[in-house]
Amino acid sequence: MKKVYVKEEVCVGCRLCEVYCITSHSKYKDVLKAYKLEPQRPTPRIVIEENRPVSFSLQCRHCDDAPCVKSCITGAMRKDPLTGVVTCDTDKCVGCWTCVLVCEFGAIIRDVNNKVASKCDLCAEAGEPACVKNCPNEALVYSEGGISV
Amino acid sequence: MRIVIIGNSVAMVGAVEAIRKYDTSSEIVVISDETYHVYSRPLISYYLGNLVSEEKMIYREKDFYRKNKVETVFGIKAISIDERKKEVHLENGDSISFDKLLIATGGKPIIPPVEGLNKKNVHTFIKMDDAKKLKEAAKPGSKAVIVGGGLIGFKAAEGLHHLGVDVTIVELADRILSTILDAEGASLVSQSLQNDGIKIITGTTVDKIIGDEYVKGVLLKNGKELEADNLIIAIGVVPNVDVVRNTSISINRGILVDNTMKTSVEDVYAAGDVAEGYDMLVESNRVVPIWPNAYMQGEIAGYNMIGINKSFKGIFPMNSIGYKNTNMITAGITNPQQEEFEIISKIDHNRRSYKKFVVKENRLVGFILINDIDRAGLFTGFIKNEMDITPFKKYLLNDDFGFIYLPKESRKAKMLDLEVV
Amino acid sequence: MSLSYLTPEFKVLRDYDKCINCKVCMRQCSFEVHSYDEDLDKMVSNDMNCVNCQRCVLLCPTQALTIIKHPQTFKEHANWTYDAIRDIYRQAETGGVLLSSMGNDRPYPVYWDKMVINASQVTNPSIDPLREPMELRVYLGRKPDRIEIDENLNVKTKMPPQLKLETPIMFSAMSYGSISYNAHAALARAAEELGILYNTGEGGLHKDFRKYGKNTIVQVASGRFGVDREYLNTAAAIEIKIGQGAKPGIGGHLPGEKVSEDISATRMIPSGSDAISPAPHHDIYSIEDLAQLIYSLKEATDYQKPVGVKIAAVNNVAAIASGIARAGADYIAIDGFRGGTGAAPKRIRDNVGIPIEFAIAAVDARLRSEGIRHTVSLVAAGSIRNSADIVKAIALGADAVYIATAALIALGCHMCQKCHTGKCNWGIATQDPNLVKRLNPEIGYKRLVNLVQAWSHEIKEMLGGMGINDIESLKGNRLMLRGIGMTQKELDILGILAAGE
Repeated sequence: MKKVYVKEEVCVGCRLCEVYCITSHSKYKDVLKAYKLEPQRPTPRIVIEENRPVSFSLQCRHCDDAPCVKSCITGAMRKDPLTGVVTCDTDKCVGCWTCVLVCEFGAIIRDVNNKVASKCDLCAEAGEPACVKNCPNEALVYSEGGISV
Repeated sequence: MRIVIIGNSVAMVGAVEAIRKYDTSSEIVVISDETYHVYSRPLISYYLGNLVSEEKMIYREKDFYRKNKVETVFGIKAISIDERKKEVHLENGDSISFDKLLIATGGKPIIPPVEGLNKKNVHTFIKMDDAKKLKEAAKPGSKAVIVGGGLIGFKAAEGLHHLGVDVTIVELADRILSTILDAEGASLVSQSLQNDGIKIITGTTVDKIIGDEYVKGVLLKNGKELEADNLIIAIGVVPNVDVVRNTSISINRGILVDNTMKTSVEDVYAAGDVAEGYDMLVESNRVVPIWPNAYMQGEIAGYNMIGINKSFKGIFPMNSIGYKNTNMITAGITNPQQEEFEIISKIDHNRRSYKKFVVKENRLVGFILINDIDRAGLFTGFIKNEMDITPFKKYLLNDDFGFIYLPKESRKAKMLDLEVV
Repeated sequence: MSLSYLTPEFKVLRDYDKCINCKVCMRQCSFEVHSYDEDLDKMVSNDMNCVNCQRCVLLCPTQALTIIKHPQTFKEHANWTYDAIRDIYRQAETGGVLLSSMGNDRPYPVYWDKMVINASQVTNPSIDPLREPMELRVYLGRKPDRIEIDENLNVKTKMPPQLKLETPIMFSAMSYGSISYNAHAALARAAEELGILYNTGEGGLHKDFRKYGKNTIVQVASGRFGVDREYLNTAAAIEIKIGQGAKPGIGGHLPGEKVSEDISATRMIPSGSDAISPAPHHDIYSIEDLAQLIYSLKEATDYQKPVGVKIAAVNNVAAIASGIARAGADYIAIDGFRGGTGAAPKRIRDNVGIPIEFAIAAVDARLRSEGIRHTVSLVAAGSIRNSADIVKAIALGADAVYIATAALIALGCHMCQKCHTGKCNWGIATQDPNLVKRLNPEIGYKRLVNLVQAWSHEIKEMLGGMGINDIESLKGNRLMLRGIGMTQKELDILGILAAGE
């Protein structure tokens, strides 16, 4: 399946991926409105690691054998059998953080405001992940089966 | 082919989902003494504390059995197995024959031999019915004594506290959560409970239950007496192996299984809290009664029952639990006493955070994270993949620890799905 | 510390209705203009540091930023201008030589803009390049006096080594050190894709780029950095650098702190040591000395590679070029006074040298008059801004042009002229690994390819308009140009007629 991969060599550490991730998961889908109007801005669904000069963002790998899905105590974490996308049903999630415990990528983020797991859904609604679309240096790519650098 | 599964919890779901991925024709029969649609056992404390509704405890959609073509035999207990005739006997006298059998009967509470157990409002706390009964009995302002400060007792305490019950935990060990936490960790967590008025009494246990028809209190072994309207026995669970007694299926503490989840008898499998499988850290068989383990073992059993050879790499204990805003994640060996283990730890009282890593021969074998739990899975991964942590060991305690501290090549291999040579 | 008299050159306008405190600007500014003030819960700017590179403007997700020329002014004075006064303040504060970068920014006349190109009407029909073949390929190098062919029309004459260019454009010398690894990667890859050449500059050839050898010109300059037999033989051609348009007559100095491990290996000097290019080559004090170096290099490469000489355009450029041609150079690159640089004393940059337009016309005329034009190719450099400049340069007598500033602009340069600080926010003129990675060579090389292809299309259009189907037929064809607004003397030097003549 197509996943988001990072070419850390050309990640400029601007964190626009985070800005657009928030925007993409906001009510308004508009940067300005997401930041200015939403009383509680969405939690970003990506992890950014930085230890200058190296930086990169990391998104859920949507593992074939996703441990978060198997370990979820409520059944909130599901892998779509057709698209392979792993999503968290935040209505079911109780914030037990078992997924945080088992995700080897550390790619599941705790939305502490809502006490639910927050994770990359590949911007399922928009078609293309917002972080990839808005990366100013093409450091993020949306591709099938890994990348070679 | 008919596959019979005894037990209707997560190991069953793991098995059914694995089977139906490849096999849509075999018959699947699930037997359970409970009558509920498959629900989440770990959520009973949330249900008790009114944090989730009964509706939300459903672990898989309403059409789970229909969609997966599963025949259910609910509300009837399987009492014995005839492994030669390949039959399961039910308490109503019926028998169900099988080609493959999965025993996923879970655990049952340990009941200590104490006087007065037959009084009303003495509870256990592992099933839905336990939670319902307790919720009914626990009135706001009433007093409850929980015997056992382990995972079950801890979660029961939280649920009861949410209901406005005055809770006292009585723990025989010198600290609560002694199986997963060390003294530092336990003291941090205890503090959160005590700040909310939950009392913790350690180093003793119940000697006698006081009361007439109903529980009125307990007498502790240290001579102290506690008032109690409800008493919750939460000492622990043991594998529920009743159904395999008097069979040739080998049992130690639990039903012994190999890495395909097969028992000592052909075509009979076991998974979940009833099974005693391989623990990769202690390098021997062990019962690891945790939810993720049950799913994964069930899944492996499912595959193998339909002839798909998959083996289980092994498991190790891991838990993510919390009390209100105190969250903790632990895995593996967390409190070793032997000298061969190296301990790397940091406690921050201001942030109420604690991090402890247990290292053996350049491998991470366990950790405790309290309140700083983000990205805990990275460490679980290091344990599971038996990674040599030498290159980044000195950074483990960093607040921003992540792949960034790994050598570039291993980081990229991991993140980019590259083939690791 | 006493009061500095310098005021900010630019002003950052932040639209607080649009600013979302995302701090992207802060993270991207190497000059530390932007910061977040926790007490105010606002982003704030230090205008004093702003160089107007516009990195923040372009990365701001809400277009909240605009940078304007600072309105702060002095009492108007035609002689004591803003720049004149500021330069004095700066020198009075530091006691140092003023440094600057990129090309001469003074308002000298741009002669390209005073020349117009001819087009055919009726009598000599124009050609549609989309329908008919159009040849832009050129060969640089010495051409024989005559060519003999056999009965099968094969050339019998032994040809001196030639450089084949699919379009008459090359990327001129920019050293690894003055520009980043990623910038070199983009240039090299683009040159390969385009069938042209790029030039290593005087900083040696990084081992990673040896694979682009057939599209590489290696330089031998006064510092002789990175020169060894393998370096020379890897390349398609060798260029002796005598001078540079932005700083004729002076050498160069790469401070030790910029000589990283990688640069040290490439330049073959100890890491951390200053890389000094002396003003002259200490073994060249005459044309004969130059001839000796040219032939040493030819000898080292078995006479298989063209050897060129690059000079700055200065007063006696025609005579100098004639000497270079006679010394055995296969091509001469002439760099005009608007040519760029990674660092140069401002006064030199702004006051030394002559425009490339005059230099190329004078050199071409002189070599023709001496009957040796065919013995050497001419490359015009120093502020080629667009395809029309190229057409004009070739009509004035160039065989091809070098572009550098234009290439850097294609890569993201915003002409802030702060290369010498090493803090290039676009990852071009910097060795800071935090900044270098901002230039993604994958993107960069495509942009370069696009630019050169676009210009090539335009050149074909202009050629077609003139009724010419081969760029070689335009070379030195000054009848295709006319001058506007020039003195007779200027027209004479350029060898062109006035518009209307």
